[in-house]
Amino acid sequence: MDEAEFPGIRGPLRFRPETGQPLLELVEVLLRGPHPLTPGERELIAAYVSGRNECTYCCSAHSAYAAAQLDEGMTLVDQVRADPDNAPISAKLRALLHIAGAVQVSGREVTPELVATARAEGATDLEIHDTVLIAAAFCMFNRYVDGLGTQPAADPGWYAQASEHIVNTGYRRVV
Amino acid sequence: MAHIDLGVDENEFPGVRGPLKYRPVTGKPMLELAETLLRGPLSLPTADRELIAAYVSGLNECTYCCSAHSAFAAALLDEGMTLVDQVRADLDSAPVSAKLRALLHIAGAVQRSGREVTPELVEAARAEGVTDEEIHDTVLIAAAFCMVNRYVDGLGTFAPSDPKYYDETARRIISVGYRNTV
Repeated sequence: MDEAEFPGIRGPLRFRPETGQPLLELVEVLLRGPHPLTPGERELIAAYVSGRNECTYCCSAHSAYAAAQLDEGMTLVDQVRADPDNAPISAKLRALLHIAGAVQVSGREVTPELVATARAEGATDLEIHDTVLIAAAFCMFNRYVDGLGTQPAADPGWYAQASEHIVNTGYRRVV
Repeated sequence: MAHIDLGVDENEFPGVRGPLKYRPVTGKPMLELAETLLRGPLSLPTADRELIAAYVSGLNECTYCCSAHSAFAAALLDEGMTLVDQVRADLDSAPVSAKLRALLHIAGAVQRSGREVTPELVEAARAEGVTDEEIHDTVLIAAAFCMVNRYVDGLGTFAPSDPKYYDETARRIISVGYRNTV
Protein backbone atom coordinates (compact mmCIF):
# COMPACT_ATOMS: atom_id res chain seq x y z
CA MET A 1 0.00 0.00 0.00
CA ASP A 2 0.97 3.64 -0.33
CA GLU A 3 2.53 4.55 3.01
CA ALA A 4 2.11 8.25 2.27
CA GLU A 5 -1.65 7.71 2.22
CA PHE A 6 -1.62 5.43 5.31
CA PRO A 7 1.17 6.74 7.55
CA GLY A 8 2.17 5.41 10.97
CA ILE A 9 -0.05 2.73 12.46
CA ARG A 10 -2.57 2.86 9.62
CA GLY A 11 -0.38 0.71 7.38
CA PRO A 12 0.07 -2.18 9.88
CA LEU A 13 -3.62 -2.02 10.88
CA ARG A 14 -4.56 -2.54 7.22
CA PHE A 15 -1.85 -5.16 6.69
CA ARG A 16 -3.30 -7.43 9.41
CA PRO A 17 -7.00 -6.63 9.93
CA GLU A 18 -7.48 -9.58 12.32
CA THR A 19 -5.19 -7.89 14.85
CA GLY A 20 -6.11 -4.37 13.70
CA GLN A 21 -9.74 -4.80 14.70
CA PRO A 22 -9.16 -5.60 18.43
CA LEU A 23 -6.44 -2.90 18.57
CA LEU A 24 -8.89 -0.29 17.27
CA GLU A 25 -11.62 -1.55 19.59
CA LEU A 26 -9.24 -1.21 22.55
CA VAL A 27 -8.19 2.34 21.67
CA GLU A 28 -11.80 3.40 21.03
CA VAL A 29 -12.90 2.18 24.46
CA LEU A 30 -9.83 3.56 26.25
CA LEU A 31 -9.78 7.02 24.67
CA ARG A 32 -13.42 7.68 23.74
CA GLY A 33 -15.64 5.34 25.77
CA PRO A 34 -17.81 6.68 28.62
CA HIS A 35 -15.40 7.68 31.39
CA PRO A 36 -14.90 10.28 34.16
CA LEU A 37 -11.75 11.52 32.38
CA THR A 38 -12.60 13.52 29.25
CA PRO A 39 -11.40 12.31 25.83
CA GLY A 40 -9.08 15.35 25.75
CA GLU A 41 -7.47 14.31 29.05
CA ARG A 42 -7.08 10.70 27.92
CA GLU A 43 -5.57 11.77 24.58
CA LEU A 44 -3.17 13.94 26.60
CA ILE A 45 -1.98 10.84 28.51
CA ALA A 46 -1.51 9.03 25.16
CA ALA A 47 0.46 11.98 23.70
CA TYR A 48 2.60 12.29 26.85
CA VAL A 49 3.58 8.59 26.86
CA SER A 50 4.17 8.57 23.08
CA GLY A 51 6.46 11.59 23.45
CA ARG A 52 8.47 9.82 26.14
CA ASN A 53 8.78 6.80 23.83
CA GLU A 54 9.92 9.21 21.07
CA CYS A 55 7.32 7.83 18.68
CA THR A 56 6.92 10.69 16.20
CA TYR A 57 3.75 9.45 14.51
CA CYS A 58 1.82 8.57 17.69
CA CYS A 59 2.96 11.66 19.56
CA SER A 60 2.04 13.99 16.67
CA ALA A 61 -1.31 12.27 16.15
CA HIS A 62 -2.44 12.11 19.79
CA SER A 63 -1.14 15.62 20.50
CA ALA A 64 -3.40 16.84 17.67
CA TYR A 65 -6.35 14.76 18.93
CA ALA A 66 -5.82 16.08 22.48
CA ALA A 67 -5.48 19.68 21.27
CA ALA A 68 -8.73 19.37 19.28
CA GLN A 69 -10.61 18.32 22.43
CA LEU A 70 -9.05 20.61 25.06
CA ASP A 71 -10.11 24.26 25.50
CA GLU A 72 -6.48 25.32 25.77
CA GLY A 73 -5.52 23.44 22.61
CA MET A 74 -1.96 22.69 21.54
CA THR A 75 -0.52 25.25 24.01
CA LEU A 76 -1.51 23.00 26.90
CA VAL A 77 -0.33 19.84 25.13
CA ASP A 78 3.09 21.43 24.56
CA GLN A 79 3.27 22.58 28.20
CA VAL A 80 2.43 19.11 29.53
CA ARG A 81 4.93 17.42 27.25
CA ALA A 82 7.69 19.92 28.14
CA ASP A 83 7.17 20.05 31.89
CA PRO A 84 4.16 18.32 33.48
CA ASP A 85 5.09 19.60 36.93
CA ASN A 86 4.52 23.21 35.90
CA ALA A 87 1.78 22.78 33.30
CA PRO A 88 -1.57 24.43 34.20
CA ILE A 89 -3.55 21.23 34.78
CA SER A 90 -5.45 19.90 37.80
CA ALA A 91 -3.50 18.22 40.60
CA LYS A 92 -5.42 15.04 39.85
CA LEU A 93 -4.44 14.96 36.18
CA ARG A 94 -0.84 15.75 37.13
CA ALA A 95 -0.79 12.79 39.55
CA LEU A 96 -2.25 10.53 36.84
CA LEU A 97 0.41 11.71 34.37
CA HIS A 98 3.07 10.80 36.93
CA ILE A 99 1.62 7.28 37.06
CA ALA A 100 1.59 7.15 33.24
CA GLY A 101 5.22 8.28 33.17
CA ALA A 102 6.16 5.50 35.60
CA VAL A 103 4.32 2.90 33.47
CA GLN A 104 6.28 4.11 30.43
CA VAL A 105 9.52 3.13 32.21
CA SER A 106 8.18 -0.15 33.66
CA GLY A 107 5.05 -1.41 35.38
CA ARG A 108 7.26 -1.98 38.41
CA GLU A 109 7.88 1.77 38.69
CA VAL A 110 4.29 2.42 39.80
CA THR A 111 4.77 2.76 43.54
CA PRO A 112 2.10 2.75 46.28
CA GLU A 113 3.16 6.39 46.88
CA LEU A 114 2.30 7.46 43.30
CA VAL A 115 -1.08 5.75 43.65
CA ALA A 116 -1.73 7.28 47.09
CA THR A 117 -0.92 10.76 45.75
CA ALA A 118 -3.39 10.32 42.88
CA ARG A 119 -6.03 9.06 45.30
CA ALA A 120 -5.45 12.05 47.61
CA GLU A 121 -6.21 14.32 44.64
CA GLY A 122 -9.51 12.52 44.10
CA ALA A 123 -8.54 9.92 41.47
CA THR A 124 -10.81 6.87 41.56
CA ASP A 125 -9.84 3.22 41.07
CA LEU A 126 -11.31 3.38 37.57
CA GLU A 127 -9.24 6.45 36.68
CA ILE A 128 -6.07 4.83 38.02
CA HIS A 129 -6.85 1.61 36.13
CA ASP A 130 -7.49 3.37 32.84
CA THR A 131 -4.43 5.61 33.21
CA VAL A 132 -2.23 2.52 33.69
CA LEU A 133 -3.83 0.77 30.72
CA ILE A 134 -3.69 3.81 28.41
CA ALA A 135 0.00 4.27 29.22
CA ALA A 136 0.68 0.53 28.79
CA ALA A 137 -1.28 0.40 25.52
CA PHE A 138 0.78 3.25 24.08
CA CYS A 139 3.95 1.40 25.06
CA MET A 140 2.56 -1.25 22.69
CA PHE A 141 1.37 1.07 19.90
CA ASN A 142 4.60 3.10 19.91
CA ARG A 143 6.68 -0.10 19.58
CA TYR A 144 4.39 -1.44 16.86
CA VAL A 145 4.68 1.75 14.82
CA ASP A 146 8.45 2.22 15.21
CA GLY A 147 9.34 -1.49 15.33
CA LEU A 148 7.99 -1.87 11.79
CA GLY A 149 9.78 1.32 10.69
CA THR A 150 6.63 3.04 9.47
CA GLN A 151 6.79 6.66 8.35
CA PRO A 152 5.09 9.57 10.09
CA ALA A 153 2.91 11.86 7.95
CA ALA A 154 5.02 14.01 5.60
CA ASP A 155 2.71 17.02 6.01
CA PRO A 156 2.29 18.24 9.62
CA GLY A 157 -1.21 19.42 8.62
CA TRP A 158 -2.22 15.77 8.17
CA TYR A 159 -2.61 15.27 11.93
CA ALA A 160 -5.03 18.18 12.38
CA GLN A 161 -7.11 16.80 9.51
CA ALA A 162 -7.02 13.33 11.01
CA SER A 163 -8.16 14.75 14.35
CA GLU A 164 -11.44 15.98 12.81
CA HIS A 165 -12.20 12.47 11.65
CA ILE A 166 -11.27 10.92 15.02
CA VAL A 167 -13.31 13.45 17.02
CA ASN A 168 -16.36 13.00 14.77
CA THR A 169 -16.36 9.29 14.01
CA GLY A 170 -13.87 7.63 16.35
CA TYR A 171 -11.21 5.00 15.85
CA ARG A 172 -13.17 1.93 14.78
CA ARG A 173 -13.36 2.90 11.10
CA VAL A 174 -10.02 4.67 10.87
CA VAL A 175 -8.67 2.16 8.36
CA MET B 1 -2.82 -6.63 47.20
CA ALA B 2 -3.22 -4.75 43.93
CA HIS B 3 -3.06 -0.92 43.91
CA ILE B 4 -6.81 -0.76 43.29
CA ASP B 5 -9.77 -2.84 44.47
CA LEU B 6 -10.28 -5.26 41.58
CA GLY B 7 -13.40 -6.71 43.18
CA VAL B 8 -12.09 -10.29 42.97
CA ASP B 9 -10.19 -12.74 45.16
CA GLU B 10 -6.69 -12.21 43.80
CA ASN B 11 -5.68 -15.73 44.77
CA GLU B 12 -8.38 -17.04 42.49
CA PHE B 13 -7.78 -14.43 39.75
CA PRO B 14 -4.07 -13.52 39.92
CA GLY B 15 -2.04 -11.48 37.44
CA VAL B 16 -3.83 -10.06 34.43
CA ARG B 17 -7.01 -12.00 35.20
CA GLY B 18 -8.07 -9.58 37.97
CA PRO B 19 -7.85 -6.43 35.80
CA LEU B 20 -9.48 -8.25 32.86
CA LYS B 21 -12.45 -9.10 35.09
CA TYR B 22 -12.50 -5.63 36.65
CA ARG B 23 -12.92 -3.92 33.29
CA PRO B 24 -14.51 -6.30 30.73
CA VAL B 25 -14.94 -3.54 28.16
CA THR B 26 -11.14 -3.34 27.75
CA GLY B 27 -10.57 -6.99 28.71
CA LYS B 28 -12.54 -8.28 25.75
CA PRO B 29 -10.44 -6.68 22.95
CA MET B 30 -7.25 -7.56 24.88
CA LEU B 31 -8.24 -11.23 25.04
CA GLU B 32 -9.28 -11.16 21.40
CA LEU B 33 -5.84 -9.77 20.52
CA ALA B 34 -4.08 -12.44 22.62
CA GLU B 35 -6.14 -15.21 21.05
CA THR B 36 -5.38 -14.03 17.50
CA LEU B 37 -1.69 -13.34 18.12
CA LEU B 38 -0.87 -16.46 20.14
CA ARG B 39 -3.36 -19.05 18.88
CA GLY B 40 -4.87 -17.74 15.64
CA PRO B 41 -4.09 -19.25 12.21
CA LEU B 42 -0.74 -17.51 11.63
CA SER B 43 2.31 -19.12 10.04
CA LEU B 44 4.49 -19.14 13.18
CA PRO B 45 3.88 -22.21 15.40
CA THR B 46 1.89 -21.42 18.56
CA ALA B 47 4.77 -22.74 20.70
CA ASP B 48 7.15 -20.22 19.11
CA ARG B 49 4.67 -17.41 19.67
CA GLU B 50 4.31 -18.32 23.36
CA LEU B 51 8.10 -18.48 23.60
CA ILE B 52 8.35 -14.92 22.24
CA ALA B 53 5.76 -13.83 24.84
CA ALA B 54 7.70 -15.55 27.65
CA TYR B 55 11.03 -14.12 26.47
CA VAL B 56 9.75 -10.52 26.35
CA SER B 57 7.92 -10.89 29.68
CA GLY B 58 11.18 -12.12 31.23
CA LEU B 59 13.07 -9.10 29.86
CA ASN B 60 10.37 -6.90 31.40
CA GLU B 61 10.73 -8.82 34.69
CA CYS B 62 7.00 -9.46 34.86
CA THR B 63 6.78 -12.51 37.11
CA TYR B 64 3.16 -13.41 36.40
CA CYS B 65 3.32 -13.11 32.60
CA CYS B 66 6.75 -14.73 32.33
CA SER B 67 5.73 -17.69 34.53
CA ALA B 68 2.43 -18.10 32.70
CA HIS B 69 3.73 -17.89 29.11
CA SER B 70 6.80 -19.98 29.97
CA ALA B 71 4.44 -22.70 31.18
CA PHE B 72 2.24 -22.32 28.07
CA ALA B 73 5.30 -22.51 25.76
CA ALA B 74 6.75 -25.48 27.68
CA ALA B 75 3.47 -27.38 27.35
CA LEU B 76 3.55 -26.89 23.56
CA LEU B 77 7.27 -27.54 22.94
CA ASP B 78 8.74 -31.05 22.62
CA GLU B 79 11.74 -29.91 24.69
CA GLY B 80 9.46 -28.40 27.35
CA MET B 81 10.65 -26.06 30.07
CA THR B 82 14.31 -26.96 29.47
CA LEU B 83 14.23 -25.10 26.17
CA VAL B 84 12.26 -22.17 27.60
CA ASP B 85 14.87 -21.80 30.35
CA GLN B 86 17.72 -22.00 27.83
CA VAL B 87 16.19 -19.32 25.59
CA ARG B 88 15.54 -17.03 28.54
CA ALA B 89 19.02 -17.56 30.02
CA ASP B 90 21.10 -17.24 26.83
CA LEU B 91 19.33 -16.83 23.52
CA ASP B 92 22.49 -17.05 21.41
CA SER B 93 23.46 -20.52 22.63
CA ALA B 94 19.94 -21.98 23.00
CA PRO B 95 19.15 -24.88 20.63
CA VAL B 96 16.51 -23.10 18.52
CA SER B 97 16.39 -22.66 14.74
CA ALA B 98 18.30 -19.74 13.22
CA LYS B 99 14.95 -18.35 12.09
CA LEU B 100 13.42 -18.37 15.58
CA ARG B 101 16.63 -16.91 17.04
CA ALA B 102 16.49 -14.03 14.54
CA LEU B 103 12.85 -13.37 15.45
CA LEU B 104 13.66 -13.43 19.18
CA HIS B 105 16.39 -10.85 18.52
CA ILE B 106 13.76 -8.61 16.92
CA ALA B 107 11.44 -9.21 19.90
CA GLY B 108 14.25 -8.27 22.29
CA ALA B 109 14.84 -5.03 20.39
CA VAL B 110 11.12 -4.18 20.52
CA GLN B 111 11.19 -4.74 24.29
CA ARG B 112 13.74 -1.91 24.64
CA SER B 113 12.11 0.39 22.08
CA GLY B 114 10.51 0.17 18.66
CA ARG B 115 13.39 2.31 17.46
CA GLU B 116 15.85 -0.48 18.31
CA VAL B 117 14.56 -2.65 15.45
CA THR B 118 17.26 -1.97 12.86
CA PRO B 119 17.19 -2.82 9.15
CA GLU B 120 20.06 -5.23 9.96
CA LEU B 121 17.94 -7.22 12.44
CA VAL B 122 15.15 -7.45 9.86
CA GLU B 123 17.60 -8.43 7.10
CA ALA B 124 19.11 -11.17 9.30
CA ALA B 125 15.61 -12.59 9.89
CA ARG B 126 14.74 -12.40 6.20
CA ALA B 127 17.99 -14.25 5.33
CA GLU B 128 16.72 -17.12 7.50
CA GLY B 129 13.50 -17.31 5.48
CA VAL B 130 11.24 -15.17 7.64
CA THR B 131 8.24 -13.64 5.85
CA ASP B 132 6.83 -10.11 6.19
CA GLU B 133 3.86 -11.55 8.08
CA GLU B 134 6.18 -13.30 10.56
CA ILE B 135 8.16 -10.11 11.14
CA HIS B 136 4.91 -8.23 11.66
CA ASP B 137 3.53 -10.81 14.08
CA THR B 138 6.78 -10.98 16.07
CA VAL B 139 6.90 -7.19 16.46
CA LEU B 140 3.26 -7.07 17.54
CA ILE B 141 3.56 -9.99 20.01
CA ALA B 142 6.60 -8.32 21.60
CA ALA B 143 4.87 -4.93 21.66
CA ALA B 144 1.65 -6.41 23.07
CA PHE B 145 3.56 -7.99 25.95
CA CYS B 146 5.19 -4.62 26.68
CA MET B 147 1.58 -3.52 27.25
CA VAL B 148 0.36 -6.55 29.20
CA ASN B 149 3.49 -6.69 31.43
CA ARG B 150 3.03 -3.01 32.33
CA TYR B 151 -0.69 -3.53 32.93
CA VAL B 152 -0.05 -6.45 35.30
CA ASP B 153 2.80 -4.83 37.27
CA GLY B 154 1.54 -1.23 37.01
CA LEU B 155 -1.56 -2.29 38.96
CA GLY B 156 0.54 -4.28 41.43
CA THR B 157 -1.33 -7.55 40.89
CA PHE B 158 -0.50 -10.79 42.67
CA ALA B 159 1.68 -13.50 41.05
CA PRO B 160 1.34 -17.04 42.48
CA SER B 161 4.69 -18.62 43.40
CA ASP B 162 3.44 -22.21 43.06
CA PRO B 163 4.38 -23.57 39.58
CA LYS B 164 1.30 -25.81 39.76
CA TYR B 165 -0.94 -22.79 39.19
CA TYR B 166 0.78 -22.01 35.88
CA ASP B 167 0.78 -25.66 34.74
CA GLU B 168 -2.94 -25.93 35.42
CA THR B 169 -3.55 -22.64 33.61
CA ALA B 170 -1.49 -23.89 30.65
CA ARG B 171 -3.76 -26.93 30.35
CA ARG B 172 -6.84 -24.72 30.30
CA ILE B 173 -5.42 -22.18 27.81
CA ILE B 174 -4.32 -24.95 25.46
CA SER B 175 -7.72 -26.61 25.54
CA VAL B 176 -10.07 -23.58 25.51
CA GLY B 177 -7.94 -20.57 24.55
CA TYR B 178 -7.77 -17.02 25.86
CA ARG B 179 -11.24 -15.72 25.08
CA ASN B 180 -12.91 -17.39 28.05
CA THR B 181 -9.97 -17.14 30.39
CA VAL B 182 -11.77 -14.79 32.77
